[in-house]
Order: sequence, then C-alpha cells, then structure tokens
Amino acid sequence: MNQAIENSIEPVLDVRSLCVDFDTKRGPVRVLDDISFSLNAGSTLGIVGESGCGKSMTALALMGLVPSPPGRISSGEILLHGENLLEASKKRMRALRGDKISMIFQEPMTSLNPVYTVGNQVAESIIYHQNVTKEEAREQVIELLRSVQIPAPERRIDEYPHQLSGGMRQRVMIAMALACEPLVLIADEPTTALDVTVQAQIFELLLEIQKQRNIAIILITHDMGAIAELADDVVVMYAGHKIEEGSTIEVINDPLHPYTQGLLRCMPDIGEDDSEVRQPLFEIVGNVPDLANRGAGCPFAPRCTARVDECSTLPETQLLKDGRRVKCWRPQSTMPMPEVTAS
Amino acid sequence: MSEPLVSVRDLKVHFQLPKPSMFGRHPMLHAVDGISFDVHKQRTVGIVGESGCGKSTTGLAVLKLLDQVKGSVQFDGVDVLGLEPEALRQLRRRMQIIFQDPYSSLNPRQTAEGIIRDPLNIQKIGSPTERFEQVRDMFELVGLQPSQLALFPHQFSGGQRQRISIAQALILNPDFVVCDEPVSALDLAIQAQILNLLCRLQEKLGLTYLFISHDLSVVHHICDEVIVMYLGKIVEKTDRSSLFKNPLHPYTRALLSAVPSRNPKTKSMLNRVPLQGDLPSPVDPEDGCRFCSRCPIAEARCAKEEPLLREYAPNHWAACHNV
Repeated sequence: MNQAIENSIEPVLDVRSLCVDFDTKRGPVRVLDDISFSLNAGSTLGIVGESGCGKSMTALALMGLVPSPPGRISSGEILLHGENLLEASKKRMRALRGDKISMIFQEPMTSLNPVYTVGNQVAESIIYHQNVTKEEAREQVIELLRSVQIPAPERRIDEYPHQLSGGMRQRVMIAMALACEPLVLIADEPTTALDVTVQAQIFELLLEIQKQRNIAIILITHDMGAIAELADDVVVMYAGHKIEEGSTIEVINDPLHPYTQGLLRCMPDIGEDDSEVRQPLFEIVGNVPDLANRGAGCPFAPRCTARVDECSTLPETQLLKDGRRVKCWRPQSTMPMPEVTAS
Repeated sequence: MSEPLVSVRDLKVHFQLPKPSMFGRHPMLHAVDGISFDVHKQRTVGIVGESGCGKSTTGLAVLKLLDQVKGSVQFDGVDVLGLEPEALRQLRRRMQIIFQDPYSSLNPRQTAEGIIRDPLNIQKIGSPTERFEQVRDMFELVGLQPSQLALFPHQFSGGQRQRISIAQALILNPDFVVCDEPVSALDLAIQAQILNLLCRLQEKLGLTYLFISHDLSVVHHICDEVIVMYLGKIVEKTDRSSLFKNPLHPYTRALLSAVPSRNPKTKSMLNRVPLQGDLPSPVDPEDGCRFCSRCPIAEARCAKEEPLLREYAPNHWAACHNV
C-alpha cells in the first residue's frame, strides 16, 4: 500500500491546525484543538479514540458538514490537492463533496433512505456530478454494485434497503461513496454495527478497492484491531487533541503517550494470556473529561498515572524520529509491547 | 467438578410467524433448536455467535423470560420451565440478568436508588431503612459514590449506567446471572473497567455467569467454557483454551480468523478463512448442516445429513462431519 512515494510527493489531503468550536450557553467549547495530519494517495490513515474524542467531528469538518450553528471551524486549513476547502464557496464544496471526497457513514441500517431503491440512491451522486443520462447512470450503478461484490447486481439495483442484510447495505454505502472516483474516502466506523465475519469481508473489500483505484482512506474507529489491519499510519485522539501520531506498527509496538499505552493494554487480546488464571485487564480510571469544563493543562492529566507538575500546562507536540509525534511532557517508551513478527 | 447449577437439555424456542396466505401452515422461526449445556457453580460459560444465531434468546429462555420454550432447564435441581408463577417469582431472587444497552434498559424517570431498590420492593425484602442500606452498600460495591444515589440515569455516563444495571441485578444476592452483551455498547477503556468489575464481583459473591457476547476477545478474557452457536444450534462447545488453541469446527475457525489482530498485518490477514455471504434465514431451516451454505469444506453429505454434537476430545464437542 505504500505506493505513495511513487505517485506523488505532495499529499492528497493536508490538514493544518484545524480548530472547531461549538457555541453553547456557557460560552464556546473547543471540540477539535489544533489537529494536523496529511495523507498520501493509496495510503490509509487511522483515527482512533473513545467516543467524544472528536474523531467523527474531524470527518465532518473535512466534508464541510460541521453543523453550523452552533459549530464553526475557527481556524486552520484543509488542503485537498492544494485547494483550501475552508475558503471554498458552498457551490464549490457541493461539487467536491461526493465527487473528490466522500464518506461512508457508521450505520448502514439508518443512513440509507428506506423509501428509495438502492439503485436510485447510488445513481443520485452520479447524476449530480457527471453529465450522464439516467440509462448510463444505471449501467454505472450496476458496475459499481458488482465492484463491491454484491451478487446479482441487475436484480439488487431495484431493491429497497430493508431487503438487504447489514453487510449488503454497507456495500451499497461503499458503492455510493465510490460513485465518482473520489481521491479521499472517509470511513467513519464502517463496521461497528456488523458481525466479525462480515467485518472481515468489508475490510478486504476496502483494501482491494484501494489497491485498484489508489484512493486515500481515512479510517475512523475505536477498534485498535481494525487500525492494525488496515491503517498505514495512525492518529490517536483524546478530548479533541491529537495526542499521538506515527506509523501503525510503531505506535502499536511502542506507544509513547500514556493514554495510547493504556488503551492498548485495556483491550483483551486473543492469544495473549494462556494461563488458566485470569489476569485483570488494565484500567484507565475515570471518564473522558467534559469538554466544557476542561482545565488549561494536558487533557489526559486527571486520569494519567505518570502525571507530573508540568502537566498543568498544555504540552507541546514533540516531533520524534520517523515522523512520530506525541503531545506529552514525558513520553516514555514501554518496550517491549507484544512483538510483531515481520511478514 | 462440582454439580452443575444450571442444566439445560434440548432447549428449543420456535416462534410462530404469520401465515403468508389464508391456507397452509404458519412458518416457524427456529431461534434456538435443541441445545444442551451445563453451567457449573462459580464458573463463567460464554455463548458466542453472529447476530441472529440465537444466543440472546437462549439467555432469555434459560430464565423463562419467554413463553414458547420447550425442553428442560434445571436450576439447582428445580425444573424452571414447569414452575408456577409464584414459585418462579421466588426463584427469580436467585437468577438475574444484565442487559446490553445501559442507555435504554434503565427507566429514565426513576432515580438510581429507585432502580436498584425495585427488586427489593417486588420481593418484599426488609424494612425501608434496611432496603436503603442494602442499596447504598451495593452502590459502593459496584464502584459508585453514595452521593449519586438521587441522580437520574441521564446524569450518569455509559459505564456508570452499566454499573447501575449490575447493581440492580445483584441486589437480591443471586447465584446465577445472565450477562447479555454487557460491554458491547461501551467504550474500550470503560469496557475494561466493567469486565474487571464483573470478575471481582464473581470472586467476592461466588457468582455463576452465563456470558453472551459476539466479541471473541471478550469471551476469551472472561469465560471458562465457551459455546459457539450458529443458527440456533451449538456447533462447538469446550473449555476456553481448547477452543482458542484448537478450534475443530470450520465455523469457529472462520470466526476466530475474522477477529482483527492487533499485530499489524500479520497473522489473520495471511491465513484468514474468508466466509462468504450472510447468515441464512432461520425460518423453517432445511435438513442437513446449517452451516453448509457458507462452509469452505462442505461435501454433498453435509446438505443432507445433520451432523450431531460429538465429543472429539475430553470435554471438547463439535458438530461437523469433517472434524
């Protein structure tokens, strides 16, 4: 998947210091704070974190879909092939959305419209963005449904969402997102509502599509396992901050931020302990902070076991070797974490 | 090993569906189709499978929370399914359930104290002051602050709400608790807290769990024995380490290989057993092995003849012709 270097040096998508605020009765609340990352063609970036950490908000900001009011993007740049999406007009944004940058939503059960056939819904964006007749669009939709491995697409195209299983619906969502050869595909928890066997099918489909079309994928998930399988690089978010970034293998093998370390240790993993005696799982005590009442310091400090006095001020993001970044005053390696055998 | 606390034999739950036309018979949905297992005292038995395999229905049927149940369920020597309503109500003190979604399973108009006290009121245990003390002790036992007793469910986080559900289930001091996906609606860090709490409580109170989950890594962590279900049938049943080290049934193998691994791009992508398609319909299933439509090693025989659950190694049961 690392064909990025061959294709272009310039990233497809470059997000710089993105900040999003929500106005509330108690004043503005910062839900995204200084988020930066970049993405090359053909590569996958994972964004991982607990609910409320801002990962879905990042996706909405990229799509220009932050609910406004009360939300607003207060500063930063989102460069898609050098074009700043935050300065684009509404009309330009409508032209780009679904065409160059598209999104797969979390729940295929609720994000498809129950009163239209799936063919209708997939064709919608083709007809909007391309100058084609209905018949041509229909041909394209059948091809798309075939490319996402829906059996008998000629028949399925005229069916309604309720006639399809969860996995099929998610395939339809993927077909919709791919309808116009996007450069960037955002997958927001694409398999959360699905069974593991179906999840494996969807993952393989995404990898195959990426290989064929050289699409850049942003995978948003809370599942470190999914990140490990699909993502080349990973961004770990906590309370609206990017707290760690790096290549997936490095971050998983040697997490530097105490939150990432805790998150990895609190996941039960098959094959880890074989003993008959159950070891308790590692716990990160407490809950995710309320964004409105967060102090000025490191957002993770109240739950951090390695807390020091410096943590009462917000840490700078430190750039380490191999492009790894960590937002912590005292990043500490805890090697060895579970070893990865090179494949 | 000790006597089984719960002993399930040939449990069947068939739901009658509406007739497609005026004539003919009602189609039957075979949610659970003849399963047998034992749960021993102070052990945790896990049931895993995809959605629609009948695992939650099994949990409800064992507690007689459904009507259309056939077969037998023995709880500490008592036949649960044949009990009169009053006797059943008495027995309910000893068997409880924790539901999946702490967002929808708690009454939004009751305070936390009211929710946890309800079972004591229904069972008429203790005086009001004693009840309050019991509720307060239970509140602390599940890791909540007594100062939060008067709060309503929406004022708690997801993990705290699940702690309230656990407190409600444990207030009657039961022996047996069915945990129906207790952590699947929770965030990772919170999931670890709740799993540890369940383990601690089991040790402290001597609880026996029937743990229903679709998440194999959670089942691997918490269970002593595991039952794998597919479309209303048990396909494999054994202790934890044999199942995860030496899975016999092709469905178990596919399920295990589909779990995303934390070790980047190594084991599971390479030797993944891909399963095509979805779970077939449980309405009037055909003869033969239920898994044969998706099975990578199915033969002609599998479509005709239903494989029986057989013991291939001590306490390692599987239902497949090609083990």
